[in-house]
Amino acid sequence: MSLTNERIQQRLTEKFGDVLSGFEEPYGLLTLTAQKDYNLKVMQFLFDDEELRFRFLTDITAVHYPERKNEELAVVYHLHNLQDNIRLRLKVFTPVAKPDVFTATSLYESANWMERETYDFFGINFVGHPNLIRVLNVDEMTYFPMRKEFPLEDAMRIDKDDEMFGRGGNI
Amino acid sequence: MLDQKQHIKLPEGSIEKDTTTLNLGPTHPATHGVFQNILEIDGERIVSAVPTVGYIHRAFEKIAERRPYYQITPLTDRLNYCSAPINNMGWLLTVEKLLGIEVPKRVDYLRVIIMELARIADHLICSSVMGVDTGALTGFVYVMTYRELIYEIYEEICGSRLTTNIGRIGGFERNFTPTAFAKIERFLAEYPAVLKEFETLLTRNRIFMERTQGVGAISAERALSYGFTGPNLRAAGVDYDVRVANPYSSYQDFDFSVPVGTTGDSYDRFLVRNAEMWESISIIRQAMEKLKSLPADVYHADVPAYYLPDKKDVYTKMEALIYHFKIVMGETDILPGEVYNAVEGANGELGFYLISDGGRSPYRLHFRRPCFIYYQAYPELIKGSMLSDAIVCMSSLNLIAGELDA
Repeated sequence: MSLTNERIQQRLTEKFGDVLSGFEEPYGLLTLTAQKDYNLKVMQFLFDDEELRFRFLTDITAVHYPERKNEELAVVYHLHNLQDNIRLRLKVFTPVAKPDVFTATSLYESANWMERETYDFFGINFVGHPNLIRVLNVDEMTYFPMRKEFPLEDAMRIDKDDEMFGRGGNI
Repeated sequence: MLDQKQHIKLPEGSIEKDTTTLNLGPTHPATHGVFQNILEIDGERIVSAVPTVGYIHRAFEKIAERRPYYQITPLTDRLNYCSAPINNMGWLLTVEKLLGIEVPKRVDYLRVIIMELARIADHLICSSVMGVDTGALTGFVYVMTYRELIYEIYEEICGSRLTTNIGRIGGFERNFTPTAFAKIERFLAEYPAVLKEFETLLTRNRIFMERTQGVGAISAERALSYGFTGPNLRAAGVDYDVRVANPYSSYQDFDFSVPVGTTGDSYDRFLVRNAEMWESISIIRQAMEKLKSLPADVYHADVPAYYLPDKKDVYTKMEALIYHFKIVMGETDILPGEVYNAVEGANGELGFYLISDGGRSPYRLHFRRPCFIYYQAYPELIKGSMLSDAIVCMSSLNLIAGELDA
């Protein structure tokens, strides 16, 4: 394993400078944040570079942080360099009011459904995606259920009258 | 009298077009799960396919945001229900990685045994169902006896068969019984002969080869681009196996090879799965051998703050009662952190992306489900082939609806 996290960080900083921030290594996995408009450029560089060779897309998902103003949604990419067997996590933050992020479908075929799933649950608008429609939920759905404004039902609620399961009534 | 024409509303151009639209699924016995494919066929040739998924979506990622960690294990059962123990172990390993728990070697080896049994159970279904889809039911009903034996082993260890919920954070809920070991020994003694016979039935069978060779073939490059993992990727010739690349549960202690194919077609996928079953048998043998030199009463790590104590201790010992209360009421401190952990599931890299904010339940949990990712290659795999080949291709991919839809 010749490629190290330090080397990747060095190469990326040389190329992109202050576009990238938040370098950290939780549990040994190099994590970095790119500016919103640069996600595709960074991934393209990681893909094309003869030394870095991150040519396997493991996963795309999103996380909702309602308390972070103007960067409520994080899109998280997990990339893998299979030759050197090293992984990398790339994050892009986007405001929930205008969640536009460039698509990675031109680099990886597998990004197609992963991005559709992310759109389906978080409403991230992947700009340039060939077929950005819902994949797991029904097409008629008008909201994005994995966002934090849709909490699950409180298991301890007592206002629901449900005699069969012993809730409600005269507690 | 009404004008008849008004009642028949045909889509624009449907009379003139040369192709037929055919719904394959969602509930069709040949799809082995709830998948829908809207095929456009010209005669019996497939022109295009549009897969529709999500029929059994159960929102596990959302549900997990309300559940304490130990209650998420049963959710993972329902992903790939043909090899539920691998999912359970994958989740437990993720939590252990987050919390920094080191489990004893014996627990690792016991987990390896269970995971490899699950892998055999999964591959055995997939390989034999390929036989069924090509018209050979015999092999299927024959090997099913041994899946039954594997389920009996699960039952002996955890009390349930299909959705196993095996293990706890830090180890197992109880030690393996002598009966469980006896059954594993019986499996190791009897199954190789069965697998050999099963292979004799199909591997060099001319009809089976004609039906599967060249069907649903994919090149290594396309397979990587489509995010293939597991046996499907290895059939295309890429030797990526999480057990070797990022060993977990002491897989580095075992001596096994990673079988690869060359053409990436259905036949190679079948061969790779069969070869992997042989490797799994060898791994279980090695693990059983290694267990002999380890103390027989260790079955969990010494992490009382996270490991749910034995129920009889809860009633009789003060510490156990306190920890039981703390774990169940969510009073234990979970470290905040962000962790990605992957295990080699039966059909690919099963990843868990877990973000903890220190609360009782995960802030975010995402499952990287191999099925979901490689199923999008299906239209490309079957384009231009016959309808009956599409069925064989689907069963050779080992698609599990529960994992696809999460």
